[in-house]
Amino acid sequence: MTIVETRAKRGDAADGALGGRLSRIDGPAKITGLADYALEHHPQGMVHAVLVESAIASGRVVSIDANAAERAPGVLLVMTPDNALPIKSATDWLNTPPSDAPYEPLARSITFAGQHIAAVIAETFEQATAAAALVKVYYEEAPAIAGLDDPKAGDGMPLDRMTIEWGDAHGALANAPIRIKHEYRTPREYNVPIEPHGLIAEWKGDRLTVWEPSQWIDGMARTYAEWFDIPFENVELRSPYIGGGFGSKALALEHGAIAINAARMLGRPVKLAVTRAQTFTAYGGRPATRQTIELGATRDGKLVSIVQTGANETSMKAVQVEPLGSVTSIMYATPNFSSRQNVVPVNTVKPGALRAPGENPSAFGIECAIDELAYEVGIDPVQIRLLNYAEEDPHARKPWSTRRLREAYAAGAEAFGWSARQPKPRSMREGNQLIGYGVAAGTYPVRRTPGEALVRILGDGSVEVASSGIDMGQGTYTILAQTAAEAIGVPVEKVRVKLGDSSLPRAPVAGGSQFANLITGAVHKAALAARDELIGLAINDPNSPFRDLQANTLIVENGVISSPRDTGAGVGIAEIMQRTGRERIEALRDTLPENLRNEKDHFRNFTTITTMLSPTDGDYSLHSWCVHFVEVRVDADFGTVRVARMVSALDSGRLYNPKLAESQWKGGIIMGIGQALLEEGIVDARNGRVMNNNLGDYLVPTNADIPDLKVISVGIPDTHASVLGGKAVGELGIVGVAPAIANAVYHATGVRVRDLPITMDKLT
Amino acid sequence: MRDFSYVRAATIDEALSAAAMPATMLLAGGTTLIDLAKCGVAEPERVVDISHLKGLDGVRIDGKAATIGALARMSRVAEDPAIKGEFPAISEALWQAASAQIRNMATIGGNLLQRTRCAYFRDPATFPNCNKRNPGSGCAALTGVNRSHAVLGGSSACIATYPGDLAVALTAFDALVHLGDRQVPVDDFFLLPGARPDKEHAMRPGEIITAISVPASPAARRSTFLKVRDRQSYEFAAASAAVGIELGGDGRTITDIRIALGGIATKPWRARAVEDALRGTAFEHDAIKEASRLAVEGAIDHGANHYKIELAPRVVERAILKIGAAA
Ligand SMILES: Cc1cc2nc3c(=O)[nH]c(=O)nc-3n(C[C@H](O)[C@H](O)[C@H](O)COP(=O)(O)OP(=O)(O)OC[C@H]3O[C@@H](n4cnc5c(N)ncnc54)[C@H](O)[C@@H]3O)c2cc1C
Ligand code: SF4
Repeated sequence: MTIVETRAKRGDAADGALGGRLSRIDGPAKITGLADYALEHHPQGMVHAVLVESAIASGRVVSIDANAAERAPGVLLVMTPDNALPIKSATDWLNTPPSDAPYEPLARSITFAGQHIAAVIAETFEQATAAAALVKVYYEEAPAIAGLDDPKAGDGMPLDRMTIEWGDAHGALANAPIRIKHEYRTPREYNVPIEPHGLIAEWKGDRLTVWEPSQWIDGMARTYAEWFDIPFENVELRSPYIGGGFGSKALALEHGAIAINAARMLGRPVKLAVTRAQTFTAYGGRPATRQTIELGATRDGKLVSIVQTGANETSMKAVQVEPLGSVTSIMYATPNFSSRQNVVPVNTVKPGALRAPGENPSAFGIECAIDELAYEVGIDPVQIRLLNYAEEDPHARKPWSTRRLREAYAAGAEAFGWSARQPKPRSMREGNQLIGYGVAAGTYPVRRTPGEALVRILGDGSVEVASSGIDMGQGTYTILAQTAAEAIGVPVEKVRVKLGDSSLPRAPVAGGSQFANLITGAVHKAALAARDELIGLAINDPNSPFRDLQANTLIVENGVISSPRDTGAGVGIAEIMQRTGRERIEALRDTLPENLRNEKDHFRNFTTITTMLSPTDGDYSLHSWCVHFVEVRVDADFGTVRVARMVSALDSGRLYNPKLAESQWKGGIIMGIGQALLEEGIVDARNGRVMNNNLGDYLVPTNADIPDLKVISVGIPDTHASVLGGKAVGELGIVGVAPAIANAVYHATGVRVRDLPITMDKLT
Repeated sequence: MRDFSYVRAATIDEALSAAAMPATMLLAGGTTLIDLAKCGVAEPERVVDISHLKGLDGVRIDGKAATIGALARMSRVAEDPAIKGEFPAISEALWQAASAQIRNMATIGGNLLQRTRCAYFRDPATFPNCNKRNPGSGCAALTGVNRSHAVLGGSSACIATYPGDLAVALTAFDALVHLGDRQVPVDDFFLLPGARPDKEHAMRPGEIITAISVPASPAARRSTFLKVRDRQSYEFAAASAAVGIELGGDGRTITDIRIALGGIATKPWRARAVEDALRGTAFEHDAIKEASRLAVEGAIDHGANHYKIELAPRVVERAILKIGAAA
């Protein structure tokens, strides 16, 4: 368990309250090296596991010769499907019941290059690595489909549940005076967190302790419990800090099962950290996508129809959908609409979630297409967006709870200086630099799962907050301290926050940008309950100095209790606790609705996503919104693109801590710049190998690639969206960045690049 | 990574005799060697650490030449005021190479001997066929992913790009590689792949690089290094050019010009045809543009790297214009 003490250095006392710009309270531990990341633990007797992966993309393992590896120095076990202890199948995150067939994390039948087929466990990491190279695998190879562009891949399977239609989209398109039609593509992209995935597993009898970076402690602990057939309570998962996840650390993965099984077989703690190269194949990133968008419009740019057909790649064994219609169907008002989507199985690891899955490539398509329409009809790109502004959710036909997108266009355009834009492409230039301005909007839905939290007021007047929820850098520790401090009425430095341990009160997944809203809601509720109890104690306890006042209520402020009627100095919380002989006041509260309050549903709420409300459950449609304004400079001869400046205006509702929210937005924007200009998994079509599976060759932006980023919050509290008024933050920032850059590149050069990334070879 | 024995050489002689032993590799900054050992490309039995040898890390400059010790760190040489003044292209090439952390570790000798970034070369577990690693085994890159591979100097055995920046600047200015007493012109030091891409340079067994010397010249003093890549920093060159120029008394006539290219060839590529076309002519944009095309004479692409043939002459042209215009 990790306890982060608030040691706030504040210029302004208001920083400690909700809405204050308090710096991250886990920051000092991180920059001084005190923060103990999961993989830095060294339980007594720990040994090391190294994975052996498939060198082919398709076929089957005929045999494994482990003789040489088994004889190598330090080797304790070469685990193969033949000698591994059986593992049970587990319920998945959608609550699909497990099959009776055993779960086999080591594959015999190969569906992608890099699939785990054996593991070597040795006393040291180096010994395990050396021995893993000695494992000989004999294959029977079958033809492989390398990716979405492989001719053998075909069109894939239609996914009817993704179809969104209203009006007569095809008829209206056919009759529209203006029609444009283009295909937009995004490549395979990877999460590449700096902290690799991995775990340390230790068994004591039938109790399992796992140290592992996790975005969802209870979800992963449940999977482990079911895999190894032990009660949920017997799994302790510890995830004090997380060195980046971006969606990839939410679910238990094959390598986790392998390490835990090895620890069980050897009776020793086992550490398994995937290598950098394996971070490209031990789990999937964003699948490659393609989408064709047809827009029908009047001559003055008003949309009459949108027809979209899209596809994303998936693995041979599982269907992973990257919903390409998610933004297309809500961004603009159109009387006629059709969106259909296929998935195309190829020989890849199952793709996963990467920051704003769905919204991100969806926005790339529609936000480029609307820009193309703007040039086609000769209207300013901001203007055409306002002209087609959706006053309500055009798909759900419900009012927006809040949609401050107009305000975002206005604030962003003003701060950026959009009015200086010359309408014609390739008309702004400085020496060899072609200058382009681009704009694009983005959105991310507000998802809602009930939460739970424990708040304690201790005898010394300090406060503790506890949840199994996690902080992966987004600021959970900090905003929970702020929430509790404000609700109870203590200075923020009096609050300690405990997170990242499955023995603490349960929490749903920290993903889908839902976590800050749901966990502040739960902490707020628990903290108010604790405060009420404290006040009750002060009013009613025979030993309380307030007893004689006969007050209905009391004020708690800055750690001091006082009466609204009495002008005296008040009494500190610690003194009240002491005088009344209380060691602690404790409130465990959840925000579950009545019908989910039984133990079974409570468990389901925190270990599956089946209780998560969609953005349109209820009377309103709930979304965050943003607009990005970009200036690019493209070298006229080289085709190199540099982002010279960016202004983004964002509506995430109320910000619990603007400093941290801005930093989340900027992180997303930086990832978006990488997506637009650099990132692409490059696969050798002959064997499905990801060729740039390292950070020297898979390019993410460096500081030099990032200009000053200006972000402007245009949100207002939205209490339809969450108890405290916040909307989605973490995944919003990246959405719309790539199309804004692509649009700016077109404006600079007159060349429309519709497939990411926009590298120099596409512009020369 | 295989176990190896580790020795720290106390003197140059000790390093020399160690270098002569089989399966032995020298360790300087280690930024190439350790990396390659981890991917299973370098499998030394003995590693001889020369990074602490005395007397090999200096930078000396007199009227005639600069002499840079083989163990001088990249960052140290890049910052050296005399190098910046007399050989700006060398300083700029170093500044734009790798990352600050690597430049603080890596040495000049090690930098010259860095290996190609060909992904097939670096992945022996998956790709057994690589003539550079294993002569006669074939070349996985010829029909594979080769966007960054060479369009000049390749052979049917290997098209791997020489990735470094410094050597390009050194090639432009006729540097000498000091192998103890023997000195080899840098252009002869690096070999074309031909049928034996595993033989990359003219060092004999038991030799070590002790220093680099670069003759001073007006063209070296008026020089620049232009590196073009998708990522602004910390990426190898898609194409680069080291250019130095000397203009006559009239301020217009090109009396001397030196040009070398990087990122597009199997070794640092001296563009003598461009030099010859421009030497003695007036400094004039159209002529420079025309002559720059000669930089890629004989280039052969493999599809994905075709853009380099368009790009390289433009990089040369821009570098010449930039340095010619800067008075
Ligand atoms: C991610 C990454 C990006 C990079 N980007 C660039 C770039 O953009 N541009 C660029 O130019 N370089 C780049 N590099 C390469 C880097 O500059 C080299 O790794 C470095 O210069 C090597 O120097 P070193 O001292 O660390 O060499 P070592 O790793 O110590 O040695 C390299 C080789 O040279 C041999 N050796 C070393 N010194 C001597 C000597 N005196 N005599 C004989 N043999 C010797 C060693 O045995 C070994 O084979 C990059 C490297 C990495 C890892
Ligand atoms: S290009 Fe050269 S280094 Fe690359 S695979 Fe071919 S032979 Fe090996």
